[in-house]
Amino acid sequence: MTQNHREGAALPPDDDGGTLDPRQASDPPTAAASNTRAMDNGPQDDPVTLYGVELRSRLLLGTARYPSPAHLEDAVAASGAEILTVSLRREAIGLAAQSEGEATGFWRLLRSSGARLLPNTAGCFTAQEAITTAQMAREVFGVDWIKLEVIGGEDTLHPEVFGLVEAATALTAEGFKVFPYTTADLSVAERLLEAGCEVLMPWGAPIGTARGLADPYALRMMRAAFPETPLIVDAGIGRPSHGRRRWSSEWTPFC
Amino acid sequence: MRIRLNGRTWETEARTVAALLEELRAQGALDAASDTVATAVNGAFTPQADRPTQTLSEGDAVEIVSPRQGG
Repeated sequence: MTQNHREGAALPPDDDGGTLDPRQASDPPTAAASNTRAMDNGPQDDPVTLYGVELRSRLLLGTARYPSPAHLEDAVAASGAEILTVSLRREAIGLAAQSEGEATGFWRLLRSSGARLLPNTAGCFTAQEAITTAQMAREVFGVDWIKLEVIGGEDTLHPEVFGLVEAATALTAEGFKVFPYTTADLSVAERLLEAGCEVLMPWGAPIGTARGLADPYALRMMRAAFPETPLIVDAGIGRPSHGRRRWSSEWTPFC
Repeated sequence: MRIRLNGRTWETEARTVAALLEELRAQGALDAASDTVATAVNGAFTPQADRPTQTLSEGDAVEIVSPRQGG
């Protein structure tokens, strides 16, 4: 049992306690963070601290699938997001003229945004692939934050939690600040915290399913078990209402 | 010498990662600046400072990656 685990933590209530709060933003976040303080106005108004960095915005904004770079630039400015998620791709060798303008423009946009970057290890199926990708990302982006994804299957894109713990352990030892994309399994979460992770990123539902929170009870179990650990619900958010869900006052919301 | 470059078979005269990047640029096959790409050889990260000394051999798998949009 880690120091992060609250001994004798009470189980959360059976009902999901969710309500919609029209005061909250209507745009769906890629992911949103919660910590343990419940405020009258909701924790979305509360700063959140991730690896010692206090952030006013809980919105983590993805940078993929915008119609144009201008749309992305406008979204970054309008959202007030302080974290942008980014990735690496293979250079299109021999097709450089086709890809270079896009890559250069994207890089300029990132540098001018002033936002903190969170690279990911998307597409990695083993711990070693994820470790190598994280090392490359740190060099290119100049940040030691890494959203660690080790994927268990091409169809489901579910977390391969054994490789995830292995990679998290290795990367933390190298000084990375690891944001592990995981399931809501408490034992895995505990192993990740033991590995040195200070943030957990449980899935709401499998990637791309847009189901919202498939198992809110499991997420509240995590909240109860690790009351001091920021939780960022990462995948499966499909509608604005999924991102705006609030919980009863005893439990910290996942927004 | 034949290597695997980003998953494709590639003929090269380069004997180091740094030389490979120079060769690709000279051929017009790679425009990205050296500080906007990262490299790996046979699954192991090759830091920028090690590229001049990281040798290449027949059949090596080289990865060259750059920033992209993601979520």
